[in-house]
Amino acid sequence: MRQGLWNEILNQTAEHAVLVLIAITIALAIGIPLGILLTRQKSLRRWALGFANVMQTVPSLALFGFLIPITHIGKPTAIVALVLYALLPILRNTLTGILGVDAAVRESAIAMGMTGSQLLRHVELPLAAPVILAGVRVATVTTIGTATIAAAIGGGGLGVFIFRGIASVDTTEILAGAVPAALLALLSDGGLSWIEKRFSPA
Amino acid sequence: MGGSRMAVRREPVAGNIVSNSAAAVEFRNVTVRIGETRILDNLSFRVEPGETLVLLGRSGSGKTTALRLINGLLFPTSGVVLVDGRPTTDCNVIALRRGIGYVIQDVGLFPHFTIAQNVGLVPRLEGWPAEKIAGRTRELLQQVHLDPAKFENRRPRELSGGQRQRVGVARALAANPKLLLFDEPFGALDPVTRRELQDQFIELRESLRKTSVFVTHDVGEALRLATRIALLDRGKLEILAAPDEFLKCEGRETQAFLEVLNSGPQMNANERE
Repeated sequence: MRQGLWNEILNQTAEHAVLVLIAITIALAIGIPLGILLTRQKSLRRWALGFANVMQTVPSLALFGFLIPITHIGKPTAIVALVLYALLPILRNTLTGILGVDAAVRESAIAMGMTGSQLLRHVELPLAAPVILAGVRVATVTTIGTATIAAAIGGGGLGVFIFRGIASVDTTEILAGAVPAALLALLSDGGLSWIEKRFSPA
Repeated sequence: MGGSRMAVRREPVAGNIVSNSAAAVEFRNVTVRIGETRILDNLSFRVEPGETLVLLGRSGSGKTTALRLINGLLFPTSGVVLVDGRPTTDCNVIALRRGIGYVIQDVGLFPHFTIAQNVGLVPRLEGWPAEKIAGRTRELLQQVHLDPAKFENRRPRELSGGQRQRVGVARALAANPKLLLFDEPFGALDPVTRRELQDQFIELRESLRKTSVFVTHDVGEALRLATRIALLDRGKLEILAAPDEFLKCEGRETQAFLEVLNSGPQMNANERE
């Protein structure tokens, strides 16, 4: 295997990781506050969840295809699509996690005179944390996979190898993309699982 | 007090029942309607300071709804609920709730807090200094017969149902509220533990002189604990009377409950003096 390949793999892996990191961060910044809002506003719930659901159902390549005329090829488009994909698990788990807090606990907290924000900070978020983290974990692992397609629209990342390898029927090239991607996914899953366990109800 | 099981003497809570003073709680023509159904129908009654008013009734009679009107978890469709002379719709509901102790059947202790943190919750919300909270927590755990050294740092899931409910009571008392609300607090416990906690309730009541509104569907429990019993039937008040008069009442729902008492295995009524 050529020397240059190793360096390229490392670079692309880093680029891939950065893509995922940015997408997940934005998805968290939108998804968690939105999820919290939806626990208070029943009327909006169906719309928001419906939207996130539709986004996830649309095939990735198709989604990229829809966005290109608007945001053109390249990283920004890839990130927009990745954020839309990561949104559903995060949003849904935030919602389920908070609504799933034991009714007796919630009632006691309110009856004792906790304000809405005290309830959120001391009761809802701590108790919903494991479920929310599970959503983050699923979103991260999925995004690592979906990000391989970003290469198809000029977004870079490990998909570059995969597509190049397919085009030139070069197995080494394909694996150079697939293996690091799989490893990234496994490591993220493992790391986030560990964090999840630490936050489980003590 | 303590462990002796002598017949419970039902003395009136002396000195606190003065009909001229403001009622601790007052319902005036309170109706709660959900859609077409009247959960509470033109309900009016007073809870006198220092008494234990038991709201008795079958499932669906509206007794829990009535209780939740008192600490502003619910508001009436019409009529007004006054706590300490002020309508619940007219006060800062957060302050109202912090001044009322609330004990429910499922207890609702925070699983991610220690016992001490659970008990000290309202004092902490009220900004008490840490020292004071710690001292108060220890005092309360002792009052409910839970050794602070042993229980302070445990988690709720490590405790039995009866122990958890004792913590629930301690938590309700923490900020020294004048009014306590109980919603079938001992319903999920075995009969022996239930009996012990009833004894403890009476013991605490005698030493603390608080006003309590206690919801139950257990007529034996009602007769044992009440200063007065308010029997609710489908949202309406059938009778409001001290236990002696309750036993003599001819009302249909009253008779239904007394029927249960006489035919059931519990002989709680015999403990009443």
